[in-house]
Amino acid sequence: MYYDINIKARRKTHQLFLSCALSGDDEMIRFILLQNRQGKTRLAKYYIPLEDSEKHKVEYEVHRLVVNRDPKYTNFVEFRTHKVIYRRYAGLFFSMCVDITDNELAYLECIHLFVEILDHFFSNVCELDLVFNFHKVYLILDEFILAGEIQETSKRAIIERMGELEKQE
Amino acid sequence: MNPFSSGTRLRDMIRAIRACKTAAEERAVVRKECAAIRSAISENDQDYRHRNIAKLMFIHMLGYPTHFGQMECLKLIASAGFPEKRIGYLGLMLLLDERQEVLMLVTNSLKQDLNHTNQYIVGLALCALGNICSAEMASDLAAEVERLLLTKDPNIKKKAALCSIRIIRKVPDLAENFLSPAASLLKEKHHGVLIAGIQLCTDLCKVSADANKHLRKNCTEGLIRILKDVSNSSYAPEYDIAGITDPFLHIRVLRLMRMLGQGDADTSEYMNDILAQIASKTESNKNAGNAILYECVETIMGIEATSGLRVLAINILGRFLSNRDNNIRYVALNMLMKAIAVDSQAVQRHRTTILECVKDSDASIRKRALELVFLLVNDTNAKPLTKELIDYLEVSDQDFKGDLTAKICSIIEKFSQEKKWYIDQMLKVLSLAGSYVKDDVWHALIVAISNAPDLQGYSVRSLYKAFQTSFEQVSLVRVAVWCIGEYGEMLVGNVGVLEVEEPLTVTESDTVDVLEACLTGHSADITTRSMSLIALLKLSSRFPPTSERIKEIITVHKGSIVLELQQRAIEFNSIIQRHDNIKSSLVERMPVLDESAYMVKKANSSQENIVAVKSSQMSLAGTSVTLPNGVAKPPAAPLVDLLDLSSDDTLVPTSTSKDFLHDLLGIELTNSSSSGIAPSGGTDILMDLLSIGTPVQSDISPETVSSNQGFAPTTKPTPTTVQVLDLLDVLPSNGSVAGDQSPLYPSITAFQSSTLKIMFSFKKHPEKPQVTEIHATFMNLSSDAYTDFVFQAAVPKFIQLHLDPASSNHLPANGNGTITQTVTVTNSQHGQKPLAMRIRMVYKVDNQEKLEQGQINNFPPGL
Repeated sequence: MYYDINIKARRKTHQLFLSCALSGDDEMIRFILLQNRQGKTRLAKYYIPLEDSEKHKVEYEVHRLVVNRDPKYTNFVEFRTHKVIYRRYAGLFFSMCVDITDNELAYLECIHLFVEILDHFFSNVCELDLVFNFHKVYLILDEFILAGEIQETSKRAIIERMGELEKQE
Repeated sequence: MNPFSSGTRLRDMIRAIRACKTAAEERAVVRKECAAIRSAISENDQDYRHRNIAKLMFIHMLGYPTHFGQMECLKLIASAGFPEKRIGYLGLMLLLDERQEVLMLVTNSLKQDLNHTNQYIVGLALCALGNICSAEMASDLAAEVERLLLTKDPNIKKKAALCSIRIIRKVPDLAENFLSPAASLLKEKHHGVLIAGIQLCTDLCKVSADANKHLRKNCTEGLIRILKDVSNSSYAPEYDIAGITDPFLHIRVLRLMRMLGQGDADTSEYMNDILAQIASKTESNKNAGNAILYECVETIMGIEATSGLRVLAINILGRFLSNRDNNIRYVALNMLMKAIAVDSQAVQRHRTTILECVKDSDASIRKRALELVFLLVNDTNAKPLTKELIDYLEVSDQDFKGDLTAKICSIIEKFSQEKKWYIDQMLKVLSLAGSYVKDDVWHALIVAISNAPDLQGYSVRSLYKAFQTSFEQVSLVRVAVWCIGEYGEMLVGNVGVLEVEEPLTVTESDTVDVLEACLTGHSADITTRSMSLIALLKLSSRFPPTSERIKEIITVHKGSIVLELQQRAIEFNSIIQRHDNIKSSLVERMPVLDESAYMVKKANSSQENIVAVKSSQMSLAGTSVTLPNGVAKPPAAPLVDLLDLSSDDTLVPTSTSKDFLHDLLGIELTNSSSSGIAPSGGTDILMDLLSIGTPVQSDISPETVSSNQGFAPTTKPTPTTVQVLDLLDVLPSNGSVAGDQSPLYPSITAFQSSTLKIMFSFKKHPEKPQVTEIHATFMNLSSDAYTDFVFQAAVPKFIQLHLDPASSNHLPANGNGTITQTVTVTNSQHGQKPLAMRIRMVYKVDNQEKLEQGQINNFPPGL
């Protein structure tokens, strides 16, 4: 029984490799995760196709990678064939999985911009805001990043756009 | 209205889930909610559909299955209102991915929404398409997206541009349709549109060389202007990050410039000025500025930049290296690794800084820096770099020592120009981190020492000194033990002292002390201890005064619970006690080890080790020993064979990779009786070695060479020399009769019933390996005497059988007497097929005829 599970897990990993391989050397964001210290996922956005079970595995692994890392260390960890750029804000970890050759510093800045937008939108964002308004967080993310690429770099433009979208409701 | 469907509000559900104290409670709440949602779905409830999907998304994020909600998403998307569509598209992106068939059903809705008059709905559709579209959807909807690229609204434009990226990644053939709209996007002013357009152009360049050419020709100028504008712009609060206007735009432009300038000197030259400006003027005290500089450096390295620009770029990396921020240093090391290929001289200038990074507290920085240093080593700087690294080895973290040691060793092996330097450095590494040194590295050191006659004395003395302080370093101890065994007299006699050496006085008993410490030390493993035993044996002949003590040490280990040690101790004890006359030649110094052969072997070692493992099986009974082959021998070629032999046929149970050394040390264990492999060519070489060696001993005449046992020259006539076999003290030997041919194969019980037992013992004529003389002994186990006893045998066709007359035909009861009979078999397929025999015994008990028969399959192999 135990053996079976292992086999399955290995096949899944293989699939992830495959799917990543399919996306070739495109320098794009593969996924964005927002997790708390306990490993609860608060946001998970995938720009590559993964099955649910693979997603859970990825979330578990990324959390394990970043949660116990010495804060003095770099904000970059190698993850399978890719690289995770992460940043910690209080008890929340923002992680982005990108290509191994991509500009790490730029994504670090990108995470910070996203956090600033959230902070602005929720005025002093805390984890609970993100939990209860998770669908809005996704909406903001969709205005910030699309198809694994940065869509808008102006904080104000995104906040304004969010206001317009809320009016549509 | 259905009581369930009204259910709870999303907020209430989240609250309920958060209130759960255990996972079981949470599961119960989720189960209840899912049941309500399912029943709402089955009733086709429309009012709360979007709320249900929102709940499902939350549940999905918690890790529960939500596939039953997929169709609901499609329904929401097909509904008219914006709020429903919004949740529908969000659900689509979260709950589905491009591989699900259901997704095909949404293509039509997407098409309608892409053509919708409400720009927000178009935005939703573009977003969904960009995030999850499949190749089929890409082909179906490419035309719509292309059209949207030309609209006025920047919000639609930028989304359409990013959507196009997804489309051409899925279907590269569509690239050319997007080329001209993409190029026109570069003329926009809106940063969102620009950044999306630039990204689209970059992706077009990746999939199509034509696009690259077209963009290079038409857009280089525009790009440079964009970069100029954004970098020179005054404070723009909207895009400002740490005093820099839109670093993301900078980075995207620089990346596209890299694609365009690659391999094109003219375009690259065109870019020189702006790149120089960015490289020299960008603020580097904040992460945003460094991100731009980093991208700029990569672009300078990627295009055909002038050498001045390249120096500028590498200097930026040098500045990065001394930055306090680990992230910055990390990317600098990363980039320097790429830069080495472009301009290794320039990178060399930052060697000292890089070397400092090897000593950083951050593991990922250390690792990168070490790799980089390894790439930087060349003939001129190998010595100082090695010194630095070795100095650091002393203080480095335990978990970094492994990597560091491996790199240092490979630098030493690769760049050593003189043997003494190599030996010195290796000794330093061994004394500092000997436990981390891989086996092949210290094996190579032994081979090197063996090949440097004028440094052997120096090496053994240095090793002796190093051992005094670093006796816990396994590999150091092993090398020291080997060298002391081989060159012990150089240690004591101070042979070949170099000028640099300090005088060292070591007595013979000091040396034995060292070896005894290695042998009995609690931390020593079997390999080290076995090596120590051999070294002791060697010393006992070189230092006659200590031989009594050595004998005692060896005797103690005759009772070792470790089989390997016990066996060696017993063998060596026999050599010391009974074979003093041949001992000195047995333990002579090893011939010079063949370096090139070792290198070849090292390359194949991983493969051969597997073979060795397979064949390592061992049983005490019937173990025979090949005579130690440490006999002086001039030609080098057989040694090569010997080395090959060792990994394929040797059966050393404890170590696999180390067995090579065991052989070098002069000991080889073969298990001829249980392995079932007929001794092959390899053994013959061993024999040759021995027969070359034996004439040294005048009292041994190599008359008989029993080839098929992989055995030493058996000496017949001289009564004083005992059979070599006696060394073992394991097999029953007829040692009392001098000159008798002893049974070299163990006797077997060929047949046993309640009434009869037949024993076979074997004899072989060395010159006729096919012929085996079987001495059969019959014993009556019953209480009645047998008369008219007749033994019959049958053999397969490839064997010839000859029965001599039996000693009697009367077999007394209760085993009070035996009948013996000699059977001679000739195995024409000797070495390929084993002996086999059917037997039948006919006899009379009280005049009643009795018959017993059986088959014998347990002949010892090799007959």
